[in-house]
Amino acid sequence: MAITRDEVLHVARLARLDLRDDEIEQLTAELGAILDAVGKVAELDLSDVPPTSHPLAVVNVLADDEPHASLDFDQALANAPAVDGPLFRVPPTV
Amino acid sequence: MAAAGAWEPVIGLEIHVQLKTRTKMFCRCASGYGVGGGENTQTCPVCLGFPGALPVPNRQAIDWTIKLGLALDCEIASRAVFSRKNYFYPDLSKGYQISQYDLPFCRNGTMIVPTEHGDHRVGIVRAHLEEDAAKTVHVGGARGRIGGAEISLVDFNRGGTPLVEIVTAPDIGSSDEAKRFLQLLRQTIVELGISDAEMEKGTLRVDANVSIRPKGSTELRTRCELKNMNSFSYVARGIDAEVARQIGVWESGKELRQETFDFDGASGTLTPRRSKEEADDYRYFPEPDLVPIEPSAELIARLRAELPELPATRIRRVEQALDLEQSMVLVSGGLDRLWEATVAAGAGGKAAANVIANNLVGARVDPSAVSPGELAALISARDRIPRQAFDQAIGKLAEPGFSAAPYLADEAVSDEALLEPIVDAILAANAAQVEAYRGGKTGLLGFFVGQVMKETGGKANARAVNDLVTKKLAG
Repeated sequence: MAITRDEVLHVARLARLDLRDDEIEQLTAELGAILDAVGKVAELDLSDVPPTSHPLAVVNVLADDEPHASLDFDQALANAPAVDGPLFRVPPTV
Repeated sequence: MAAAGAWEPVIGLEIHVQLKTRTKMFCRCASGYGVGGGENTQTCPVCLGFPGALPVPNRQAIDWTIKLGLALDCEIASRAVFSRKNYFYPDLSKGYQISQYDLPFCRNGTMIVPTEHGDHRVGIVRAHLEEDAAKTVHVGGARGRIGGAEISLVDFNRGGTPLVEIVTAPDIGSSDEAKRFLQLLRQTIVELGISDAEMEKGTLRVDANVSIRPKGSTELRTRCELKNMNSFSYVARGIDAEVARQIGVWESGKELRQETFDFDGASGTLTPRRSKEEADDYRYFPEPDLVPIEPSAELIARLRAELPELPATRIRRVEQALDLEQSMVLVSGGLDRLWEATVAAGAGGKAAANVIANNLVGARVDPSAVSPGELAALISARDRIPRQAFDQAIGKLAEPGFSAAPYLADEAVSDEALLEPIVDAILAANAAQVEAYRGGKTGLLGFFVGQVMKETGGKANARAVNDLVTKKLAG
């Protein structure tokens, strides 16, 4: 298997996900399958191929520093599970 | 046990600078503090991290980052890439910060800090561009209950504003060197016009990595990080406190643990941050929503041509007429160009330096609005005109169309015949102080001179009063 149960737990902790045992099993298998598929690339000799950070042969897509209208704060907050006046209210994170 | 003098600090700095672009780094919401009408009014799907919203980098922010890199003598990347830095915190709604990792815009630079012992070269490891996090406020909190009633409130106006992070090599050997480096770096940034770089406002933030080693050795020992120092003086004091703490740890035979501290400047105390269960694990990878940036040779040449003469060079030039300390004060205060112009207009070098660094700064005069010719005329007449007139004129220097002429006509009273009765009256009224002066407390001279100046409404010539009072007290 390309990923261990401990590694799945570690990544879940970084994302603050609380997984049940059956979910851990399932994710270990599914993530392993993804990593195995991507790992196929490693079977090729790529010593003279430069790393690719983006599939498109496009560079320098930039915007000028001109302000556009922002959302109203009630629009910005419309999907928030909890608000406090004009602010998003979230549980504490440690 | 080794003496405290047997250790030397090894200091590296991480500096965050908020660029003063009109818009944010990856969206065109207005950027900057105090713009707009209150919390969460400068947000959009991109900077709120809505799924599917796509970032577009700010051209101005990139140009300015490259310009700063050139001013720090960095190599500019021919291909720069933005990366995702993943971490979970409510100030980062996407779950990652767009930053740079292995291909930053600027690398391998140097900043020169002139010292009495020659040029001190501080290596610049890198300068990269990233987006700032949102502002969180933590409120409430029933202690002792896990989770408690604490909540965090989030304002995304700051989220996504452009930040340049500058990382120095551990080339700084004392808190004083750190302070000088920061003063010159700040002045460089301000003169490039890319940021206000004000620590109190959070547009310049400094973290320090500190370790110590036996003097003369080249080893690098465990380092600790200091955060939350909101002035240059606090940076210096925080470093001093941490160096003293580390000397204590090593000399008691213990091993130093790698930790992060908040430095409270007001109380001078170091508070350890709650150590994380696991080391930072940011899982950087190239940002798939952004294509690489390849700055053209033409762009780099144009930005290089726009660079002002750098502070270190100017410090060495000004130092020829003054001393290093005065030169540092003028240049790091952005006052040296006015000084040079005022000297060129006929003022004496030292007198001009004193008046500019003390009187002008004290009166909060904007140096860029001052006519060097008028200032030079004023400085040349300084000993001749009443102190009051001089101070008044200084306060008005930056007013449009200011002319020194009306103040120059005002002659200070230096005629002994006029001053003598006033001096006699002051001495008679302060017999106890006269006694004390004659008994050796010569520091009281300033008191008597001050009394005479007060009595004359500041119209007396200070030097003449000084001479007369000295003579009378001796007799």
